Amino acid sequence: MSAIAQANDHADDHAHDHEHHHKETFITKYIFSQDHKMISKQYLVTGLIMGIIGIAMSLLFRLQLAWPDHKFTIYEVLLGKFGTDGVMDPSIYLALVTIHGTIMVFFVLTAGLSGTFSNLLIPLQIGARDMASGFLNMVSYWLFFLSSVIMVMSLFVEAGPASAGWTIYPPLSALPQAIGGSGTGMTLWLVSMAIFIASSLLGSLNYVVTVINLRTKGMSMTRLPLTIWAFFVTAIIGIVSFPVLLSAALLLIMDRSFGTSFYLSDIYIQGEVLHNQGGSPVLFEHLFWFLGHPEVYIVLLPALGITSEIIATNARKPIFGYRAMVASILAIAFLSTIVWGHHMFVSGMNPFLGSVFTFTTLLIAIPSAVKAFNYITTLWKGNLQFNPAMLFSIGLVSTFITGGLTGIILGDSTLDINVHDTYFVVAHFHLVMGISALYGLFAGVYHWFPKMYGKMMNKNLGYVHFWVTAIGAYGVFFPMHFIGMAGLPRRYYTNSAFPYFDDLADTNVLITIFALITAAAQLVFLYNFIYSMFYGKKAEQNPWKSNTLEWTTPVEHIHGNWPGAIPEVHRWAYDYSKTRENGEYVIAGQDFVTQITPLQDGEEELNH
Amino acid sequence: MTVFLTIVVIALFGITLWQMSKILKLSQLKSVDDSQVANDKDNNMQGKLMLAFVVFIYLLTIYCFVSYRGFFLPESASEHGVDYDRLMLISMVLIMFVQIITQGLLHFFAYKYRGKKENKALFFADNDKLEFIWTIIPVIVLAGLIIYGLFTWTDIMNIDEEEGDPLVIELYAYQFDWRARYSGNDNVLGKANVRFIEGVNTLGLDVSDDYGKDDKVVNELHLPVNRKVIFKMRSQDVLHSAYMPFFRAQMNVVPGMITEFSYTPTLTSDDMRNSDAMVEKVETINKIRREKSKKLVAAGDEALEPYEFDYYLLCNKICGASHYNMQMKIIVESEEDYEEWLKTQPTFGEQMSAQASN
Repeated sequence: MSAIAQANDHADDHAHDHEHHHKETFITKYIFSQDHKMISKQYLVTGLIMGIIGIAMSLLFRLQLAWPDHKFTIYEVLLGKFGTDGVMDPSIYLALVTIHGTIMVFFVLTAGLSGTFSNLLIPLQIGARDMASGFLNMVSYWLFFLSSVIMVMSLFVEAGPASAGWTIYPPLSALPQAIGGSGTGMTLWLVSMAIFIASSLLGSLNYVVTVINLRTKGMSMTRLPLTIWAFFVTAIIGIVSFPVLLSAALLLIMDRSFGTSFYLSDIYIQGEVLHNQGGSPVLFEHLFWFLGHPEVYIVLLPALGITSEIIATNARKPIFGYRAMVASILAIAFLSTIVWGHHMFVSGMNPFLGSVFTFTTLLIAIPSAVKAFNYITTLWKGNLQFNPAMLFSIGLVSTFITGGLTGIILGDSTLDINVHDTYFVVAHFHLVMGISALYGLFAGVYHWFPKMYGKMMNKNLGYVHFWVTAIGAYGVFFPMHFIGMAGLPRRYYTNSAFPYFDDLADTNVLITIFALITAAAQLVFLYNFIYSMFYGKKAEQNPWKSNTLEWTTPVEHIHGNWPGAIPEVHRWAYDYSKTRENGEYVIAGQDFVTQITPLQDGEEELNH
Repeated sequence: MTVFLTIVVIALFGITLWQMSKILKLSQLKSVDDSQVANDKDNNMQGKLMLAFVVFIYLLTIYCFVSYRGFFLPESASEHGVDYDRLMLISMVLIMFVQIITQGLLHFFAYKYRGKKENKALFFADNDKLEFIWTIIPVIVLAGLIIYGLFTWTDIMNIDEEEGDPLVIELYAYQFDWRARYSGNDNVLGKANVRFIEGVNTLGLDVSDDYGKDDKVVNELHLPVNRKVIFKMRSQDVLHSAYMPFFRAQMNVVPGMITEFSYTPTLTSDDMRNSDAMVEKVETINKIRREKSKKLVAAGDEALEPYEFDYYLLCNKICGASHYNMQMKIIVESEEDYEEWLKTQPTFGEQMSAQASN
């Protein structure tokens, strides 16, 4: 409400002392905080906890895939009656796959990544005291927390959690007769997601308003760091597409509980004809993927924004082609809303639509290619500082290319026919959005940890974490393309029903071993994260010698971010290694010029 | 083997922990530079590792292509599949080319320009010419791929029931099995709806529709070679997907609507079984199965049967607990053999009157 006015107030009147009139209690500071920095940490910690659950699930089903005949006591310990005598139940396998997907896509990579860094960086990098509405921001987090709790609760219902795949296609997700998980488990899933969407919308609206209204003096749109551009556009895609998922979910709730027939027609199940008539599951697919595909970019764009910033800082070079980067973010965002049909080439929709979606889908490869080339050129003739954040950023570019290229095969309606829903798809999207976005998350944590906790993370542990993860991620997902090319379908509890797949078993074992090792490496990260939070080396104000505004705030967090007036911005964020005509740095002896430094004598502001 | 692998994993994890603690100790010992910001030594080391990493990617790629070459599906057993395979090959070659170049550049630059204190980065903010080049090249290449892809797509998906003498077969999916319905002498499928399901009429045929009387419902798909087949697909409960990898064919089976796919099989089951690639593949599989059987027998279980290749159709859309085992055998044979087999199958009319007389 008054936050905007308040923020402006502060901007004008820097004599204000913020410590005075905000009496902070434990509850207002750590729990129901309205401070964007605290909310960002809340998002991060919640996201990481959900991430641990999601990754642990993947390990369970990887064990099952690698050794389908083997009995593992761990199943009984963790899955209870679904793992009796160490044998995994086929329906719980599907539940694990479903919840793994849901948690990783929405709770870790949407809320955990975008929620954390949009909250942390938008006010700090645009020079604002806080978000436009601190209150809505708080509500957004707590709704996310509530939806996480409900999602975790759904794991404990008697008939099992939702098991229709993370895409919850009806009729499977609508009929408890079809699979146990479509009973209470599915209801909780839908409730959780509805709340999640509300949370996401509140957050996104806040981000958009903040970026548009609260930029400090001199911070024109073309001087925004690419992180902010990415968060801004991500928020817009979220606002456009999440409501459609909400309506899809609402209609599904109607079908499940109130006897409507939006998605159901002509169904005979367990000796009974259902009354439903006239609905179509294909309608659900359209609605779902209208969010589902932009969702990929909701996950990926923040990661790309984060790495743009980190690569420029650590290469000690401006990001190459700032305008092209912004243009490609916008192009990707626009195209992402008109490509959803490529998930449905063989869904039974009109083949002509398939042609249209092939066309738009392959178009999206162009801005993506531009981004990849720009990253590579940014490295060229740089003075690369290999901090862990930089390693993860380069890792992201690598997996983004590897995963993105196979998209050319899947986006082609013809080629999709025979690899659709095989492990080729699983390999593709894990590399291009899963691993890439996770790398973005890690890069962000390593880079902004000093800003969040005032401490440095241990770099050597960071190196170990990166290299094991990098090798492991390729070890898991590269061979996976090949078992997909063999025609191995995803979401199969075991492949032993088809002797034809017997020779793929060794590869499945290999993949599982890589997965176990990679997951173990994440413990290194967790240890580093928690240890550094308490015992890490105290951070300097600007450890990475970065240009952006967040590094002009004091290490100690204060409400309102800057103790005095909000700084004025005089240049873009990427004046790294800028030299005068005589070859000297603009500021002698310093290879960076912060955004708050006015133009120096005889320096030209280049129009980027 | 399993125990061994488990031990390896645990051992590797142990080594990781050990190395970690060692690194931690080392990093604490030399308190000269504990800023936790990369220094020249780190840059040098990590830069070299970047180079090593791209070598790893190349080796992994080569390893996969060489040692997994047996995984690729054999030559296509359908007419359109030949075009499919050609398009796949072109796309594959193209993306592998781009992959090798870009990964090489990315990691090589990371290595070459690893930071040193005395070095200066080049202030190089943009270059319209370069941007133009790497926008226009993907545009041209992708335009080519799109056009080629769309022509093939239209060819495959345009199902002309008038052209030639196509065989019309209904594929019927339910949790968790398949049925096929042949349209009989009139080559027209009788009307059907789940509301008619009763007794032996498991597919819900409309008994009042004469076209349905000569339909034949079977649980094994027999196809005459070199004759176009049009599949009309129907599901009685949830989404399924009829995936026939050897024919480069797939279509979802959707309750409430009829979906279609069509192809012309060109290789009989025997042709495929006796092809060099398949003989080799089946040999490998049987070797694996013999090894497994030895263990099973030792543990007092039954041995696995030796594998003989047959085409199959499998469900490729998550459909419930037994999704992983929803399959149907496909047999492609000569026209005569096909006719012979078809004659032995009872018609729907015969089945119904048999039920009535019981």
